[in-house]
Amino acid sequence: MRSTVPAGRPNRLFRNLNSKIALIPMILTALVVFLGGTVWTVVYSFTRSGLLPRLTFVGLDQYERLWAAPRWIISIQNLAIYGVLSLIFSLVIGFILAALMDQKIRFENTFRTIFLYPFALSFIVTGLVWQWILNPEFGVQSVVRSIGFTNFTFDPLYNSQIVIYGVLIAGLWQGTGLVMCLMLAGLRGIDEDIWKAARVDGIPMWRTYLFIVIPMMRPVFITTLVLIASGIVKVYDLVVAQTSGGPGIASEVPAKYVYDYMFQAQNLGQGFAASTMMLITVAIIVIPWAYLEFGGKKRG
Amino acid sequence: MRLQYLAAVLAASVMLPAAHAGATDLEVTHWWTSGGEAAAVKELAKAFDASGNKWIDGAIAGSGGTARPIMISRITGGDPMGATQFNHGRQAQELVQAGLMRDLTDVAKRENWEKIIRPAGLLKSCTIDGKIYCAPVNIHSWQWLWLSNAAFKKAGVDVPKNWNEFVAAGPALQKAGIQPLALGGQPWQANGLFDTLMISLGGKDLYTKVYQDKDKATITGPEVAKIFKAADDARKLSKGTNVQDWNQATNMVITGKAGGQVMGDWAQGEFQLAGQKAGTDYSCLPGLGLNEYLTTGGDAFYFPLLKDPAKAKAQEALASVIVDPKTQVAFNLKKGSLPIRGDVDLGAANDCMKKGLAILDKGSVLTSTDQLLSADTQKQKEDLFSEFFASTSMTPEAAQARFAKIVAAAD
Repeated sequence: MRSTVPAGRPNRLFRNLNSKIALIPMILTALVVFLGGTVWTVVYSFTRSGLLPRLTFVGLDQYERLWAAPRWIISIQNLAIYGVLSLIFSLVIGFILAALMDQKIRFENTFRTIFLYPFALSFIVTGLVWQWILNPEFGVQSVVRSIGFTNFTFDPLYNSQIVIYGVLIAGLWQGTGLVMCLMLAGLRGIDEDIWKAARVDGIPMWRTYLFIVIPMMRPVFITTLVLIASGIVKVYDLVVAQTSGGPGIASEVPAKYVYDYMFQAQNLGQGFAASTMMLITVAIIVIPWAYLEFGGKKRG
Repeated sequence: MRLQYLAAVLAASVMLPAAHAGATDLEVTHWWTSGGEAAAVKELAKAFDASGNKWIDGAIAGSGGTARPIMISRITGGDPMGATQFNHGRQAQELVQAGLMRDLTDVAKRENWEKIIRPAGLLKSCTIDGKIYCAPVNIHSWQWLWLSNAAFKKAGVDVPKNWNEFVAAGPALQKAGIQPLALGGQPWQANGLFDTLMISLGGKDLYTKVYQDKDKATITGPEVAKIFKAADDARKLSKGTNVQDWNQATNMVITGKAGGQVMGDWAQGEFQLAGQKAGTDYSCLPGLGLNEYLTTGGDAFYFPLLKDPAKAKAQEALASVIVDPKTQVAFNLKKGSLPIRGDVDLGAANDCMKKGLAILDKGSVLTSTDQLLSADTQKQKEDLFSEFFASTSMTPEAAQARFAKIVAAAD
């Protein structure tokens, strides 16, 4: 008397029913808030919405205006510079710090805390701190001048040409600690025996790192990459606190354009068009990568 | 046990506001946070508290550009405050059209605002479809050049009588190690400086042709080109200011580190707070000493539509307190702005305010750019001028071409 359950495999939909019910709120949130909100934004980016959303369609007008706006172009360039450099530098510096930390040094805990500490500060605090450090009248420049080098000039935040690098320094200072910690965890996950084998074979340490350890740390690198990249695209508060986009519009970023036009200029349509462009940029980068990463092989 | 204790504390904190509901609390949001401004707000709060209600101060730091989005999202998001500051003009236009703001026509009729408020344009900016939606609190004009007498003395030149003399005195100031023109980095300051040059150097006709009629031939023509040349002069004089907020720039003039600043008459409050005396410590040139016209923008209070009848009553009380002659005098003396009614006694006003009042009495007033242009157009102008004033490579001609495009596309 065991065939009350029909023969064959049970309906897949009802497998693990409890966990599926538990997931419903999250699924709804994802669908309604993320997907729904995205679709809504894209639709309204084709309208002439002012302070309040209005469904008067104007075709591609908002996009034409967006790409004709010098401030948007500068924002995109800044994001590209900031993005590429902060990706490279935070990975390289983070990995080197982690490798140094992995040499069984004394006071490792202390150093780790020191390096990770900036990450505990918000971007607003980071921005303000670096605004002061880079301020020519109180910061680095005045300190060096007071030592005796009276011709020393270092005022990146007041020079339109290099202001974005001033922002980059602050961003790296804040973010590298976390990268270091992730990398260190990855390094600790490498089996001691591999190091021993490499030593027996007489492979120099730098080659072991470069050709054996780093390829083994692929999952850690991917996690780190995703974390850094998402931080780059949404960079906003750092710029607001450190330069407010200045001097002039030299350190503007796309997220700030979106906010300023949606709320200060009372032009939601323009802001939506800009945020849709940000979404498309991210999609162009993420979709091919995700396809390569997850699409190629069958998962067991 | 601890949970019960916590619950009791929570309950108490919820009960607390209900305990003194006798006087109606009204939250008022504004962006008056500099020293002189805060002193003026206190006068307003005092007068409102005296009417038997309670002023809950909702100051938002960081100037209007930061504050307005917060106010608007609170109103549209269903968490309206009791009353809020805006500049009169088009900033709150869409909120009114969406039916989110309260109609004040009853109060205005009862207190005869139409008769007492001057210039008439002020009330007109509050009027949409024949109904009055805001209570103007002061008149602010942008067209002032503030000068530090000490700075010019140190440089060994006479205090300029107009903009041209000021530009000519620039090199002497620079030689004495003084910043000739202080200009903060916030975009609205560069924008306001340019509009001031437009009125004061170009005159009334040019200003109306450009911003009111949006006449294409004029905007691309030689007269506006002259204004851009003047803006180029200002750009050279302002190089190296390195401060953000307007009151920091004003402070440079107060301390004699800078020769002058083009800023609205709200700067006056800062001079007053620093204990400086008009005429002896600092000088002011309305209309930059050339064309004595003032724009009559300013601040007004708007009242979101509220369901609670007690609060609605308190809103009415606040509206009449704002227009009341006594409040007008107390508030505007501290703020350095001009009162919205002509029948008050400003005997205590200083030289600069008296100059402003005289221009007002003559009727040499123009509508401000906040009233003529939408927030969207103003923002685009801000982007243009903050880039222009920070850049060394952008030519006046290139800036004029972009300016023409922005005004042509204005709605």
